[in-house]
Amino acid sequence: MLTFIIRRLILAVPTLLFISLVLFLLLDLAPGDPMAQMPLTIPDEVKQKMREALGLGEPLHIRYIKWLYQFFVVEPGFFLDWLFGTNMMEGTQRVVSWQFRSPVFDIIIQRLPQTLWVVALAYAVGVIIAIPIGIISAYKQYSVFDQAGTLISMIGFSVPPFFSGVVVIVIFAVKLEWLPSIYDTTHEVKDWESMKIQLKQMIMPVMVLALQTTAQISRYMRSAMLDNLKQDYVRTARAKGLSEWSVVMVHVLRNSMIPVVTVIALGIPSIFGGAIITEQVFKVNGIGQLLITAIQANDIPMVQTITFIFAVLIVLFNLIADVLYGVLDPRIRYD
Amino acid sequence: MTDTAKEVLGESQPRGKSRSQWSDVWKQFRSHKGAMMGAFVLLFITFGVLFGPYLWDIDPTKLDIRNKDWRPVYMPLFSCSWTDLCIPPESLERMKYGWSHPLGTDNLGRDILASLIHGGRVSIAVGWVAMILAMLIGTAVGVASGYVKWLDGLLMRFTDLVLALPLLPLLLVIMLLFRDALRATFGPELGVFILIVCVIGATSWMQTARIVRADILALKEREFILAARSIGTPPMKMVTRHLLPNVLSPIMVSATLGLATAIITESAISFLGLGFPSDFPTWGKLLFDATDRIQNFPERALWPGLMISLVVLAVNYIGDGLRDALDPRIRGR
Amino acid sequence: MKLKTALLGAVATCALAPMAIAEGHEGERGRDGNVSIIYWQAPSIMNPFLSGGTKDVEAGSLVLEPLARYDETGTLTPWLVEEVPTVENGGVSEDLTTITWKITPGILWSDGTPFTSADVKFTYEYCTHPEGGCAQLTKFNGVSSVETPDEHTVVVTFEQPTPFPYGPFVGGESPILQAAQFADCMGAKAPECTEANFSPIGTGGFKVVEFKPNDVITFEANENYREEGKPAFASITFKGGGDATAAGRAVMETGEFDYAWNLQLAPDVIAEMEAAGKGAAIAGFGPLLERIMLNNTNPDPALGPDERSVVRPHPYLSDPAVYKALSLAIDRPLLVEVGYGQAGKVSCNWVPAPEAVNSTTFDCSTQDLEGAKAMLEEAGWVDSNGDGVREKDGVELKMLYQTSTNAVRQDFQALIKDWWEQIGFEVELRNVDSSVFFGGDPGSPDTFQKFYADVEMYANTFNGTDPQSYLGNATCDKAPSPATQWQGENISRWCSEEYDALYAKLGVTADAAERAEIAKQLNDMVIEGGGMIPLVHRGRLSAHANSLGGVKLNVWDSEIWNVADWYRIKTN
Repeated sequence: MLTFIIRRLILAVPTLLFISLVLFLLLDLAPGDPMAQMPLTIPDEVKQKMREALGLGEPLHIRYIKWLYQFFVVEPGFFLDWLFGTNMMEGTQRVVSWQFRSPVFDIIIQRLPQTLWVVALAYAVGVIIAIPIGIISAYKQYSVFDQAGTLISMIGFSVPPFFSGVVVIVIFAVKLEWLPSIYDTTHEVKDWESMKIQLKQMIMPVMVLALQTTAQISRYMRSAMLDNLKQDYVRTARAKGLSEWSVVMVHVLRNSMIPVVTVIALGIPSIFGGAIITEQVFKVNGIGQLLITAIQANDIPMVQTITFIFAVLIVLFNLIADVLYGVLDPRIRYD
Repeated sequence: MTDTAKEVLGESQPRGKSRSQWSDVWKQFRSHKGAMMGAFVLLFITFGVLFGPYLWDIDPTKLDIRNKDWRPVYMPLFSCSWTDLCIPPESLERMKYGWSHPLGTDNLGRDILASLIHGGRVSIAVGWVAMILAMLIGTAVGVASGYVKWLDGLLMRFTDLVLALPLLPLLLVIMLLFRDALRATFGPELGVFILIVCVIGATSWMQTARIVRADILALKEREFILAARSIGTPPMKMVTRHLLPNVLSPIMVSATLGLATAIITESAISFLGLGFPSDFPTWGKLLFDATDRIQNFPERALWPGLMISLVVLAVNYIGDGLRDALDPRIRGR
Repeated sequence: MKLKTALLGAVATCALAPMAIAEGHEGERGRDGNVSIIYWQAPSIMNPFLSGGTKDVEAGSLVLEPLARYDETGTLTPWLVEEVPTVENGGVSEDLTTITWKITPGILWSDGTPFTSADVKFTYEYCTHPEGGCAQLTKFNGVSSVETPDEHTVVVTFEQPTPFPYGPFVGGESPILQAAQFADCMGAKAPECTEANFSPIGTGGFKVVEFKPNDVITFEANENYREEGKPAFASITFKGGGDATAAGRAVMETGEFDYAWNLQLAPDVIAEMEAAGKGAAIAGFGPLLERIMLNNTNPDPALGPDERSVVRPHPYLSDPAVYKALSLAIDRPLLVEVGYGQAGKVSCNWVPAPEAVNSTTFDCSTQDLEGAKAMLEEAGWVDSNGDGVREKDGVELKMLYQTSTNAVRQDFQALIKDWWEQIGFEVELRNVDSSVFFGGDPGSPDTFQKFYADVEMYANTFNGTDPQSYLGNATCDKAPSPATQWQGENISRWCSEEYDALYAKLGVTADAAERAEIAKQLNDMVIEGGGMIPLVHRGRLSAHANSLGGVKLNVWDSEIWNVADWYRIKTN
């Protein structure tokens, strides 16, 4: 297994380099212009000068190599500097956003708290709720619980967050005035009181996001459990006199986890990608909002960096999923 | 896939009985109440949007600004004076409603029922075709990389790449490259349809591929596969006979979820101006447009939202029923 | 005795203090706590010279100030100077080549250092640096030098006589930066000064505490602000992001915010929000005009890339009967009602404001479908093959009508398509994502500058009150073409020698009344000649909480120009 992991990690390097090249070409080919959001009152000659100041005049391959150098050499260097208080990278150019004229990584780090508080938490909540729902729904197939779960998760999944978000705002913020409709990213949690405020402002976006996750994962969980509950080994286990709990929760669950692990592992990188629509609706301004505004403003260094980190996470979590398959089902071997 | 299922079922069929396997499958499917109900709802909606325009022949793009903001005809049902949850009679008097627009009209006086019918044609068509396309690609990639060892690395790295691509710039590039060519070949509407369906299909197969691959990896090591291999079953037959039928249920779930995603994604693409023209109704677009006025005109969001949910629920139950019907261990019990 | 007076005095102040509060808004600095502002487009930088975006300029205007600015009526008002220089008061030289600003003594930067003429001169050097990519470069057009004879005097010299010398250092787009802070940020180094670009030191009522780009800015009152007792608020939370609906809701329905910027929403949506009773919408009118541009060149896709939307004429839009019929078929009051409500007015002019330059030649407030049809019949456009579309000499009246993606614009498209199809056109609609439509990417076929359509709809305006450079957008040499990488402001490619000659005359005319007269004539020529169809004179609609006092919506300068005068209305 270890050799497999090492081999995959080494293989990941050319893969990621290739992905970064494709991303770069894609972003370059996409129609758009960092000056698109400037008012029309700014004449074209001035816009042209501003583009040149951003470095857009240089040929494509120079810009790509520059980005690679900045991403893989300068940024880790700055990280080490920050870690040890040294000044090795003094005077070198970091990856700089075109919108903000400030290092891309500083802003990504600034956005992490709200992304973790809302998007990651919602994902965790969604997964934690989904798995028991899936298990019970499958075990008691066609019971009232199963039917209600199906109904809610399917409606939850087919109603998009741009709509469900507004509905909960209208109900809980406008009509009942219980919760704030706008997320305050400057709020700091210091004590129980401020924690309560934080919980209040998180609850709606987390709810909306978790609904989507729960709906999806509980469906996969349920169907995989159903498949396994009918297998011969279940009958054997019961015949052996194992308790119902250990039959379902140990034998069946373990064998049903493979598709669920796949879905969960695919979902974790998207936490970093943020929840674009939900963040927009609740003004959470996490990484999703950063990415979408960067795409709209054609801030290529920002889009390239975020999507590339996203790609790294995808490759990483797919590797983790592959390793987990082996743990869940020891018959799966890769060598 | 149905052929495969048939063959598999054929094997499990006790010999000597002359009943066809399909009548068995149908019998089992019919005994599944949810599936029957789902099939009925889906057929009803499909026929509704197909033949609806002949019964309700108002043009959904026809503007009638003098008759804007009509309310649905059922509004008086919600009127009473003893609780403030319902509509007070005096505000009911100010509302315009009537049978000429049973579900009311929008802010430019377009008939909502007509929009819903015409929108449903597009949404259902886009949803099905895009979903089937995504399932085909996803299953093919998943089976190939799960079963054929030397393809695994290549195909999965390709999947990683597609997963990493940001959707919006990708859409813009695809539109830039193919829109005019498709318009010229297929005309504006069919061209856009093909484009949207391909874009959604090509960007939503990855999850299915990963799940199918994972299941195949596990299945491959099971005894019955070993047995099949030991009697010299050719690879193609292995896949169609032994592997595919056993990964059917996660594919069904993906398909159900994929249908909902495709309908919603279409509205997002059209909203960005990359899809159908703005005066071309679809369920997703109707839902999107209604969001701003949700407090005053909840019905404008309710109906398209309900339609999408109903179709997705129906497909979900049909999927459940189909899986049960096609599973020889359950059938006949 | 002494004690008694002191006591009496204390009693008197105690008695007077509540009265002062009851009367309104006098008192000490920072007495009203926090005010919260929401911009649904989030500011990305505080330095207006590095970004021309309205959101960035306006966020910057809380901190950075110009020498003089326009007030809410469009009148030039001295801000950091003693008076606005004119020829009469001797501030502008007789030959119109120099303007001398006298800085008010005693103004301090928020870090306590004095504000001097050296800062003004530095700002000029900063923006005109050849490698800087300054967004406000046009403000310094024609400036040959900026001199500082003493600490409080700035002399701007122009290369040639400039009848309107109020470009440099005037208005929210051209504020003064602190020389000490930006000294190392000239030219190519400008983007590296993240700290300075995010928290510039200014002379305004507030200073930056924390800047989170595209998210939230926290300000606190500037203790060195020149006016005693101002600003009334101790801090500002300036939130960005979301959409206009949510911003309006946060001010008028939930009351979480005090001020929401630029609510481009349908009037019925605004009215519904106002009904919640927590805030009010306010509108102001600048020169912003929603218009339909008529393509004066041929956009036929069959033409090659160097000819499409380059060669003249358009197959049918050059016929006055056609474009006049198109205009006549539009019900503008209805468009205003559907799309803008109190934030819109019917307009028949390209330059609808200021009032002095608003032409009165045309009347377009009544729709006349029959008149439009008759006009087309008379000019020979008839439907001879019975397909519902008029034609003449084999040219069918089929058009592609494009605009950017925006709910109100799509409603307008639907309505106008309906009217035009009634008079015998066939209209295909297209909407393009605004980041592509307004982006100048020469590789994209969908930009408004390429204009690969017959007509297109968008809005444009100009800064300040002088329309000279805006009127320059219709001269022949500004037409975009492959030769200019599709850059250029003359989007309709309208071209008239007569117009160019009259425009040249405007550049050398100094008298205000005469300039206004020429501007009106230029406006009439473009409308009459088929350059565009004006639709709606659009206002800026913002909303403020009922408890927020002192708001004066300004469309000529930064909208929140007088934030130092805002105060909290006490209800008890």
